Amino acid sequence: MRSHEGQAVPLLEIEGLTVAFGSVARPFLAVDGVDLTVDAGEIVGCVGESGSGKSVTALAVMGLIDFPGRVSARRMRFGGHDLLALSDRARRAIVGKEIAMIFQDPLASLNPCFTVAFQLTETLRIHGTVQERASRRARRARALELLRQVEIPDPATRLEAYPHQLSGGMAQRVMIAMAIACNPKLLIADEPSTALDVTVQAQILQLLVRLQREHGMALLLITHDLAVVAETAHRVVVMYAGEQVETGPLPAIFETPRNPYTQALLAALPEHNLDQARLRAIPGVVPGQHDRPLGCLLSPRCVYAVQRCRDTQPALYGPPGRQSRCFFPLDDAGRPTNDWEREAAATVDSLAR
Amino acid sequence: MFAFILRRIALIVPTFLGVTLLAFALIHLIPGDPVENLSGERGMDSERRARLLHEFGLDQSLTVQYFKYIGQVVRGDLGTSLTTHEPVLREFATLFPATVELAFFAMVFAVCIGLPAGIIAAIKRNTVADYAVMGISLTGYSMPIFWWALLLILFFSVQLGWTPVSGRIDVLYDVPTTTGFMLLDTLRSGEPGAFRSAVSHLILPSIALGTIPLAVIARMTRSSMLEVLREDYVRTARAKGLPYWQVVLVHALRNALIPVVTVIGLQVGLLLSGAILTETIFSWPGVGNWLIHGVQSRDYPVVQGGILLIATIVITVNLLVDLLYGVINPRIGHG
Repeated sequence: MRSHEGQAVPLLEIEGLTVAFGSVARPFLAVDGVDLTVDAGEIVGCVGESGSGKSVTALAVMGLIDFPGRVSARRMRFGGHDLLALSDRARRAIVGKEIAMIFQDPLASLNPCFTVAFQLTETLRIHGTVQERASRRARRARALELLRQVEIPDPATRLEAYPHQLSGGMAQRVMIAMAIACNPKLLIADEPSTALDVTVQAQILQLLVRLQREHGMALLLITHDLAVVAETAHRVVVMYAGEQVETGPLPAIFETPRNPYTQALLAALPEHNLDQARLRAIPGVVPGQHDRPLGCLLSPRCVYAVQRCRDTQPALYGPPGRQSRCFFPLDDAGRPTNDWEREAAATVDSLAR
Repeated sequence: MFAFILRRIALIVPTFLGVTLLAFALIHLIPGDPVENLSGERGMDSERRARLLHEFGLDQSLTVQYFKYIGQVVRGDLGTSLTTHEPVLREFATLFPATVELAFFAMVFAVCIGLPAGIIAAIKRNTVADYAVMGISLTGYSMPIFWWALLLILFFSVQLGWTPVSGRIDVLYDVPTTTGFMLLDTLRSGEPGAFRSAVSHLILPSIALGTIPLAVIARMTRSSMLEVLREDYVRTARAKGLPYWQVVLVHALRNALIPVVTVIGLQVGLLLSGAILTETIFSWPGVGNWLIHGVQSRDYPVVQGGILLIATIVITVNLLVDLLYGVINPRIGHG
């Protein structure tokens, strides 16, 4: 199930995606040259800290980046459509139908002024089958069925409910029902469980995985929770400060990370710190608009950083499907390679450390 | 719902007491009295004056007069006009439809222009369209009604001759009063041209009176819309692939309307007070005009009764708006 090499053309194919905000003269790149492919029926996890550009990537795929944000890419294709060349109208015909998205805060993502039924059937009215578009009763019947699919108890009553009458978990189920209403080929879930209670989180993830399997849709799971990704995804993309830093299949990427950032993220997991008095954390924060380092974006926070890392930006190295943005990709034992010791010794401040 | 209405009605009682006290005090504070006004320039001998004052009950102390007045009001009697000797309530009822008609069309004008203008300003934020809408509405809001009305008359009536200068209908027409609303009455009378004449008389006063509410509604709609457009559910609506106008007019507007409706309700009070100026300028035979005459002739019952009735209407409208608020905002149930 985890192998999808047979697929010739990926469902979603993005190359060099860049999303810039701010002025043209001094843009801030929220996403900088990200490559991302998602095959049909695949679960891809996209992990990274807050501000690493995960959500912005997803919004760019959905076409929801507004002025003053600017989206550019070398290539952005979805299921035979060139997303860069599509008119707004043609884009809207895909969005909500073939690509659907659910968001972090389900209660804020539902319109407080309309009932669940209205918001569910609205999707069917524009994207549904011929019968659903024509008949109110067909839409209602489908809405009821969708609520059953997402395991909402007493669905007939819930149809008439307003969002404020739902719990967070219930609201996220409604969001999922809305998203899968037209059997999308790709579902983007942007931190789908972050705003929910721990027990509800697990239920929502189970639901997503079940629906993904039943519908054979691809799932792009955006999260900062490595555990969530480890349990569900087939393949992982690790993002940092708007760049992709590592990509690879599970469980390899977590067992033998090639990038120091992935290694540090894993080391920060509570279950890896059981014998420690303090949780290990990555010092510092993701660089913002005004403090972007000259070289590798991780260099100020990386334990392995040497002079070369501070001066020049590394590219993505490694075979396709297992790439890492680092001059010294880690080996299976988690030690930097490529003669790192020699360069580290040569770096003056590495001596100071 | 029922308990909510009861609570609100209970709150009305002290409000009414305040209104009567204020109206009573203000009109008695103005120098002069009705008798002096009746006597005219040549004056009146003191014996006759004393008799008239006694007849009107004005020789008693203010406190006694006030409590007598309250007693009357509680029994539903607003007194009779000292100048026309007609019951205040009947006069008010005759004139009120004219004011309602004017206020209604002023509001229609304000909402029909202000709401779309506010929406356009919000979705075209920081463009020429936005600056134009905001600039014009600020100008409109700052424009004194009496001056704005005169400008309108000078331009449209005098210069262009498009609209009549004053009144509710051309003197050529004699339309029987059945509803009191000129537009309905002219339609029912079947007289050719009467309806057109009534409409043309209504245009300028409606614009003059509706300008300030228009400006307030446009600005309120804009800011409320801008706030709502940032909400997550607007993003959800767009993620469904809905056409942009549907996202704005269904998902955003419905939420943005909640504060706008409150503001529209508050404008009703402003409309009735603005109507006093507008009616005077356009010789519109409504309650505002009548109140001004009441003040000028120190017709105490007219002024006190008129203010009380207008206050009642404003309070009622505000109550209705509060109830409407619960209808358009499902999160608020007046349970």
